Amino acid sequence: MQQYFYDLADHLTSLLQGEEVYTAKFAGEASDFVRFNQGAVRQAGHVIQRGIGIDLILGRRHAGASTTLSGDSAEDLARLSTLVASLRAKLALLPEDPYLLYATDVQSSERHAASELPAPERSVERIREAAAGRDLVGLYAAGGVGSGFANSLGQRNWYETNSFNLDWSFYHHADKAVKADYAGFEWNDAAFERKVATAVDQLGALSRAPLTVDPGEYRVYLAPAAVNDIVGLLGWGGFGLKSHRTRQTPLLKMTTGEASLAPGVTIRENTAEGVAANFQSSGFIRPDAVTLIEGGAYRECLVSPRSAKEYGVPTNGASGSESPESLDLGAGTLPTSAAVERLGRGLYVGNVHYLNYSDRSSCRTTGMTRFATFWVEGGEIQAPINVMRFDETVYRVLGQNLVDLTAEREFLLDSGTYGGRSTVSGRMPGALVEDFRFTL
Amino acid sequence: MIEALEARFKEVLPDVDHCSLRYQSERSESIAVRQDVLQPVSDGTDAGVMITVAHRGGLGYAATSDLTRAGLAEAVRRATRWAEQTAGRSVADFSAVPYDVAQGSYTSQVGTAWNSLPLATRIDMIREQCARLKVDDRIVDWYAGVSHTEGETLYLDNRGARLHQAFHWLVPVMAVTANQGGETQTRTLGGYGLGRQGGAEVLDDVGFHIEAPRLAREALELLSAPDCPTGTMDLVLMPDQMILQIHESIGHPLELDRILGDERNYAGTSFVTLDMFGSYRYGSDLLNITFDPTRGDELASYAFDDEGRRAERAYIIEKGILKRPLGGTTSQARAGVEGVANARACGWNRPPIDRMANLNLEPGSHSLDDLIGGVERGVLMATNCSWSIDDSRNKFQFGCEYGRLIENGALGGVVRKSNYRGVSATFWRSLAAVGSEATVQVMGTPNCGKGEPNQMVRVGHASPACLFRDVAVFGGA
Repeated sequence: MQQYFYDLADHLTSLLQGEEVYTAKFAGEASDFVRFNQGAVRQAGHVIQRGIGIDLILGRRHAGASTTLSGDSAEDLARLSTLVASLRAKLALLPEDPYLLYATDVQSSERHAASELPAPERSVERIREAAAGRDLVGLYAAGGVGSGFANSLGQRNWYETNSFNLDWSFYHHADKAVKADYAGFEWNDAAFERKVATAVDQLGALSRAPLTVDPGEYRVYLAPAAVNDIVGLLGWGGFGLKSHRTRQTPLLKMTTGEASLAPGVTIRENTAEGVAANFQSSGFIRPDAVTLIEGGAYRECLVSPRSAKEYGVPTNGASGSESPESLDLGAGTLPTSAAVERLGRGLYVGNVHYLNYSDRSSCRTTGMTRFATFWVEGGEIQAPINVMRFDETVYRVLGQNLVDLTAEREFLLDSGTYGGRSTVSGRMPGALVEDFRFTL
Repeated sequence: MIEALEARFKEVLPDVDHCSLRYQSERSESIAVRQDVLQPVSDGTDAGVMITVAHRGGLGYAATSDLTRAGLAEAVRRATRWAEQTAGRSVADFSAVPYDVAQGSYTSQVGTAWNSLPLATRIDMIREQCARLKVDDRIVDWYAGVSHTEGETLYLDNRGARLHQAFHWLVPVMAVTANQGGETQTRTLGGYGLGRQGGAEVLDDVGFHIEAPRLAREALELLSAPDCPTGTMDLVLMPDQMILQIHESIGHPLELDRILGDERNYAGTSFVTLDMFGSYRYGSDLLNITFDPTRGDELASYAFDDEGRRAERAYIIEKGILKRPLGGTTSQARAGVEGVANARACGWNRPPIDRMANLNLEPGSHSLDDLIGGVERGVLMATNCSWSIDDSRNKFQFGCEYGRLIENGALGGVVRKSNYRGVSATFWRSLAAVGSEATVQVMGTPNCGKGEPNQMVRVGHASPACLFRDVAVFGGA
């Protein structure tokens, strides 16, 4: 894919006239997707897709377009020639853009995560073996993903990974299930079997009669996957400069000094330790890390090139949406192995579901418990609970009511496949929290 | 392109039980103006095919943007291989699925084609409305835009099906944000849910040219409004909240693939089970829900779904009784129940699954004044801004941008942070009055997510205003 994209980039350069400049972003993947239900295959298939987005720039005017690529060189070169001609015609009709900003310092880079994946049918057999006698449902996604940037100034960036992600659940009955994930760059049967064994252990606890908990405030242990969803929600408008300057951030009260998080809470956009590319669509390179919240206080924003120009500050290579892609919540001191014991009496929340803001100005969020969530008493898991709705501010969860974060953290790869396979990730500890509000 | 694809498909047809080709292309344009500055104008084109093969009970697909004969042949090879690999390992005998063999076409009804207007006119139209949103220094962000997409699909199979459909979708958006101290409030035009099929006339139909001053005024009103009261009380929901209520607590739980368990690892399962169809009381006698892809002005109208099934209007819930699920040909064959034509894919690179398409609540006989007049103490809520529901689609909590108190049958003051919660299985039984046709609004969103791999599709909803009794209502933190 890399050389193909670079050849297209060279062709684009040859098409330019006068003072024209272009930036181009490429995304492609060759993926096998195998969907399971009740341990059998529901849908299996292969997807090859490649697309390019181009911004043609002349002075302060620019026009953008994206197109699917066929993979046939002659066809795609012709397609780009037509595209550039149409963008050139459109440029004359558009006004100057006061917030146009693109990288002019050439910083080329390459990152290849080489690996050998097994043939997909081999993985499918291992998964079916694990599913024998069990109700397994989920998705196996595997293959190569590539993304690139190029401009007419000579910058070339490439990021490529060859990975798999099996995101699955074992269902016990009705909505009672254990969620699990096995992702990586090389399939290892022993590692997969350990993941399966852990999930099977949890499945046993679901055989007990479920309890229904009354609405109220409970001490809870939020497992890393649940913390990832709560902190991840903050990525929806919480950290972008535009949302801060237009007062729409759900963390508004942190910026006005009306609220803070616990001193032990530090959140970073940790590009260096994530799996997302370190360049963005205007060609800017991201720093290894951006500290968003430190010691419970708000620090920096994610700044896209457009916001940088609009608000007169430097960009830190954020995407246009100014959303984090490699969130990292620092560890605490609670050993994960002691989490249930320290919880004592309350709820062990393995996963949460369908989060949203219920009062954005107060950073109040609502959502549901899901999958393995248990009632704990005497420091031991007693029984699964029926799903509960929570409605709680992040200022309490990660602020005044936070008892501790775990000393160990989990690296959680996003299994999302909207448009293409995601490279978003999170590195999260578990959290022990007092007086967590359940409402329904 | 269409004719060439037909010829190439015939050349590469494999000797299998069933093989189909689905070509899907889209050309899109997005124009937006924020704070009176034209945002980067972008166009997009996307085209490719999916080959699907059912053979000896297995099922495989392969998607490619290489539309040459060699590209199609390679896709056929990959799809056939997956069908062979999954034979005897699948949830059903896919060779036995009775796909329709139909021929036909569909074209969106368009008054004034959006791209027939000069680009400068399109930009000016949006810029003018954006400027009307900035009416006060407390307005800190304001935005207007229009997204337009032209789509084309071709479905062919080895039994003679040939379906050609052409679409025009228009999605207008408008948002205005006001701030005072630590409080920020946003009003939007229909909660980003005003997408329809059609041309520039859609903007007239949804009030794009007239609503900016009202939205700005209401955003400012909300800054100083009290929070919505807390308690159990009556609730009048306007159409731009009703669509979300219908979507989340009727549409999704009735999708047959959820009931069959396909979605349990991602979007979730359903509190609805197969034995409920035909007898289960989903809501009060006033609840009538139709699946209606034949209604020309809605976002998800079509003549055939992506498995080639002819689309027809059908009652899903009639006088409160659950009649049939939202399940396409494959799901119907697996479940042994009658459904609708709703197997849909978001694009050429994703396989069809059960989606809700247009799902509408049929109007009743009450004016909006009647609905409000029937409330002693309650709240009117408009425009969804928060949505959350459990994985069985039962326990929900929704929030609205704008609320008004109702006291002794009359509208009172504005309230902010209006939220309510309930349980799908009982909520619809509290439906006490349904607004007339005059209160109906035709709406739709392009952002309904579901499926593994994930898919985002367009859905349409038309609904009147409705009155519900004894709902748990509450406000801010």
